[in-house]
Amino acid sequence: MQWEVVIGLEIHVQLSTKSKIFSGASTAYGAEPNTQACTVDLGLPGVLPVFNGEALKKSVMFGLAIGAQINERSVFDRKNYFYPDSPKAYQISQLYYPIVGEGHIDIDMEDGSQKRIGVTRAHMEEDAGKSLHENFQNQTGIDLNRAGTPLLEIVSEPDMRSAKEAVAYMRKIHSIVRYLGVSDGNMQEGSFRCDANVSLRPKGQEEFGMRAELKNINSFRFVEKAINVEIERQMDILESGGTVIQETRLYDSEKNETRSMRSKEEANDYRYFPDPDLLPIVISAEEIEAIKQTLPEMPDAKCDRYMAQLGLSEKDAKALTVDRDMADYYEQVQLSINDAKMAANWILGDVSAMNNKNGLEFKDCPVNAMQLTGLLKRIKDSTISGKIAKEVFEAIYSGEGTGDESDADAIIDKKGLKQITDTGAIESIIDDVIANNPGQVAEFQSGKDKLIGFFVGQVMKASKGKANPGQVNQLLMKKLKP
Amino acid sequence: MSKLDKSDVEKIAFLARLGVDEQDIPEYVTNLSNILDMVEQLDSVDAEGIKPMAHPLDAVQRLRVDEVTEVDDRENLQAHAPETADGLYLVPKVIE
Repeated sequence: MQWEVVIGLEIHVQLSTKSKIFSGASTAYGAEPNTQACTVDLGLPGVLPVFNGEALKKSVMFGLAIGAQINERSVFDRKNYFYPDSPKAYQISQLYYPIVGEGHIDIDMEDGSQKRIGVTRAHMEEDAGKSLHENFQNQTGIDLNRAGTPLLEIVSEPDMRSAKEAVAYMRKIHSIVRYLGVSDGNMQEGSFRCDANVSLRPKGQEEFGMRAELKNINSFRFVEKAINVEIERQMDILESGGTVIQETRLYDSEKNETRSMRSKEEANDYRYFPDPDLLPIVISAEEIEAIKQTLPEMPDAKCDRYMAQLGLSEKDAKALTVDRDMADYYEQVQLSINDAKMAANWILGDVSAMNNKNGLEFKDCPVNAMQLTGLLKRIKDSTISGKIAKEVFEAIYSGEGTGDESDADAIIDKKGLKQITDTGAIESIIDDVIANNPGQVAEFQSGKDKLIGFFVGQVMKASKGKANPGQVNQLLMKKLKP
Repeated sequence: MSKLDKSDVEKIAFLARLGVDEQDIPEYVTNLSNILDMVEQLDSVDAEGIKPMAHPLDAVQRLRVDEVTEVDDRENLQAHAPETADGLYLVPKVIE
């Protein structure tokens, strides 16, 4: 039978506020256990939550960025369940009246087309603490520093039909929250987490199949793998006549398999009700409009502008705009050297390759935009060739330099890399090469034109890459074919 | 007529992690059903077009400025806990 895959994602984005959603405790990552868990976060008797306005503002920014309905009145509800990392025995969340209503985002498909994925809603809620099972016998250690950290849970429609589409959607959401600055999107630190609902149905059938929920998958790569192994598992069950049961499953990246989370088998019954400790959250149309005015240029708009204004290809424009840090870097370099194509080639080429090799994000690139600008200017004015420039780039990358635009110049000077443009000097190298290769000269002169590459190579080698390639070509032709 | 039966009461007790004596269950069935009957009287009111209230007070939430105002008080707070180690609160083993 032909099966169709149906995927919906729930993405938890940690909002980058200084303090927690309902208390004045710090949200800074990596503190000593429980040093950032105050009486409100611990749920001690008599405390009251007070809502952080910045969490509201950042949630509204996200909603506006995906063209969603912003609800002027939203309400916090209690989601009741018992788990030791949730000391109140309920999580404050939004069920009936979320802050963000229906919206959508467009993802890029492999064939170059776009597909629209619906966002059902996005609601604000508090994070739970952390349970540490490893270090204690018959006991679990609880760190409540993370309890009360503001989250925005973004719920998609079941619109995705493959693991690849799910990853594209997740990347797009990641790009949007990073552009907006509403979250640092740091997956290692848990600021961006994803649950995936996966089901299969016979192709052509309207009704959805029974789904399994994959929990807390913490990298783009694992999302794709986890969904794919889950699809295989369900297909095996269905093909052999069995039925998939609705359950929560954990992805084990080491074994590349999903397995049932037994503790959650008990049917969920959260008994939501409006939190009596919190009043309705009201935001006026004027306030929403004011927030709208603060939105930065979003990736899609930026991509269109790069194509229309700077004449970049769609491929380059897309690649440059996914990561806001890369786009900002690009714009700084592009404006300074006034060469959109050269800046794009370098940033998508050498700079990205080097970052990938070193496992670095663009924001941590050791060569800053000013340093790259200084380097590219020297290619443009023919002080160095593109090839020598790579050598200078690697030197700056490995820490030679002080972070200024003049670093490239200093390295070119120190290493004596300045391009040879003196005709006399190049001619004398050419004369040597011709004298040392009489055989090739004869062949060339009898019509084997391809050998020009050999001569250029020899001259460049003899000049240690410093001769100007254009001049070398020109002078060689003059001397070989008088 | 009872709204609830024995299994409802057992389920509610389980969700609330309350231990209920078997012999007390019939009484809970009766009392909780009576409460539901009482609340059900509200169904006779025409509430067409009325937005559900989220709170008995006709007021809106005040927003807090995003500032860190709490200092580390772990030592004091952990003095209330039955058991701690390495700054962590210890609880009976919870296995995923």
